[in-house]
Amino acid sequence: MIKLENVTKVYQMGEIAVNALNGITLSVAKGEMLAIIGASGSGKSTLLNILGCLDKPTSGSYLFEGIDVGRLNDNQLAEMRNRKFGFVFQQFNLLPRATALYNVELPLVYSNVYHRRERAVEALEWVGLAGRANHKPTELSGGEQQRVAIARALVNNPSFILADEPTGNLDSKSTNDIMAVFQRLNREGRTVVIITHEADIASQAQRTIRLCDGRIADR
Amino acid sequence: MRFKDSLITAAKSLSTNKLRSLLTMLGIVIGVAAVIGLMSVGRGASARVTSSFEQLGTNAIYIIPRSPSEMGGLAALVGGTPSLSLDDAEALANSDYLPSVAAVAPISESYSEVSWGGDSITTAIKGTTPDYTQVLNYHIASGQFISPRNIAHRDMVVVLGDKVVTDLFGDTEPVGQRVKIKGRRFTVIGVLEPKGGAFMGVSQDELVITPITTFQTRLFAQRTASGKRAVQTIVVQVADAQAIDRTIGEIEDVLRYCHRLSADEEDDFSVISQEQVVGMLKEVTGVFTILLGAIAGISLVVGGIGIMNIMLVSVTERTREIGLRKAVGARRRDILRQFLLEAALLSLAGSGIGVIGGFVISHLTSRMNIGGSAIMTVVSPDVVGIAVAVSVGIGLISGMYPAMRAARLNPIDALHYG
Repeated sequence: MIKLENVTKVYQMGEIAVNALNGITLSVAKGEMLAIIGASGSGKSTLLNILGCLDKPTSGSYLFEGIDVGRLNDNQLAEMRNRKFGFVFQQFNLLPRATALYNVELPLVYSNVYHRRERAVEALEWVGLAGRANHKPTELSGGEQQRVAIARALVNNPSFILADEPTGNLDSKSTNDIMAVFQRLNREGRTVVIITHEADIASQAQRTIRLCDGRIADR
Repeated sequence: MRFKDSLITAAKSLSTNKLRSLLTMLGIVIGVAAVIGLMSVGRGASARVTSSFEQLGTNAIYIIPRSPSEMGGLAALVGGTPSLSLDDAEALANSDYLPSVAAVAPISESYSEVSWGGDSITTAIKGTTPDYTQVLNYHIASGQFISPRNIAHRDMVVVLGDKVVTDLFGDTEPVGQRVKIKGRRFTVIGVLEPKGGAFMGVSQDELVITPITTFQTRLFAQRTASGKRAVQTIVVQVADAQAIDRTIGEIEDVLRYCHRLSADEEDDFSVISQEQVVGMLKEVTGVFTILLGAIAGISLVVGGIGIMNIMLVSVTERTREIGLRKAVGARRRDILRQFLLEAALLSLAGSGIGVIGGFVISHLTSRMNIGGSAIMTVVSPDVVGIAVAVSVGIGLISGMYPAMRAARLNPIDALHYG
């Protein structure tokens, strides 16, 4: 359960202050699939970054399962990112020289857990890429790379999956595959938040919010 | 993140860029090899000085002239105004005040051409007394050494060092032959056994010995300020090592008396034990060694700058990777440690190769010959340890700034970089 209360984010760009978020109040229920849409510059990535503890709000409060995220220090935020969230990016952001398996294993390296290899293999199996474990990202198609990224996002068994335009770089067939994977994740009880600007992607979510100039526009 | 994982991560990222890693290491490799190689030469020189003196003789005390203006023992070693005379040597040998003195050899030395038949060589001509063999540990191979009688009669006789014999006579038996020095003929009465080794780069077997009186009157006349026939050095052998320090004081008393120095006058001679000479020379070679090491150490610093440079490039290049690592839960200190370990591994591997290089340099140097005598090199473990420790330290210091830059990167900016 996530609760944002009047969250603002101001970026200082030289002498100009940019209001990326202008008072967002939002709750995301556990097990929900939420789409955030909006034009570029509307603040949707900033919102996702704040949700994912990659960034701190300038003002307002953020409660994550009762924890006041604003009070956490850098190390605690890192631990939140490691344990509670799985990120999927538009650019996949895989380590280019590492195998798919190592890419999936990466979050576990930072959480000191056992059976890392087995858990990474399991996550790869879950996205249907067990056979590609030892391939490098460059040897995989875009859809496959994004599935590796999803395996990496879920390997630490987080309750939230945050995806920033996950299909932005994919063809329509891969887009359908990936969306099916997100649906499956959601059916398994994980909360999924997807940023997109494609209406038919948003339509697959149970709820859609539209951002405009850092505010939530009408439903 | 476990340390082992940090180590594996660092090693992996270094091995993906093998050529770059190797080139980065090169500065440290050269630095460590240079430090070890050069310092082995310095240490070798030091070891050689010590062993040279040990060969010279045991329990020896050296008396050398010193004018009050020439301070410091080393300046006097090179030679000053003559103030010692044969009378001094006799006084030392015959004084009841000096119970521990076993032998006294006054020595004067000069270089001259020595010829026999059609051949000639230039060598050291030493004027001394019969005690010379005992004090400086020489033995007669054939014939006889100069005798008190030779001294008294200023006989035109010489005893030859082994190398002089080989160079001048080849296979001919030299005893009984006559050699020519400064236009005068000298009869060879004896040959010394080879002693081997060299003292300060000069072979100890390359000498011609003649009675000190002959040397003074017929070859190289030199007088002290008071008009006596000068000797350059007096070497005294003490019977018992325990008595060396006491004997030094006694010798000073005797010589001050002989030289009629009043209480407020400074000594016009220096009395130094062999240990003191070795100590002084060791100090000099020690400074020399440190200087060599410091010069070589500069290349270590340059190597460190190379590491910093490449690490900075690497951090910039891997900005996205750093962002991603942070997004999946890496803490600042995880990132810091990864990059510091990369720098440390680079410098450690570099110094490892450098140590091998240093041994190779040391070995090759010891096979070189300069002036007929081999250069001695000694690779000491402490130098190796210090060189490795310093280079790893330099690696860590160089890696610190890039690693801190990496650790401070904002994950969002880093993720969208480039």
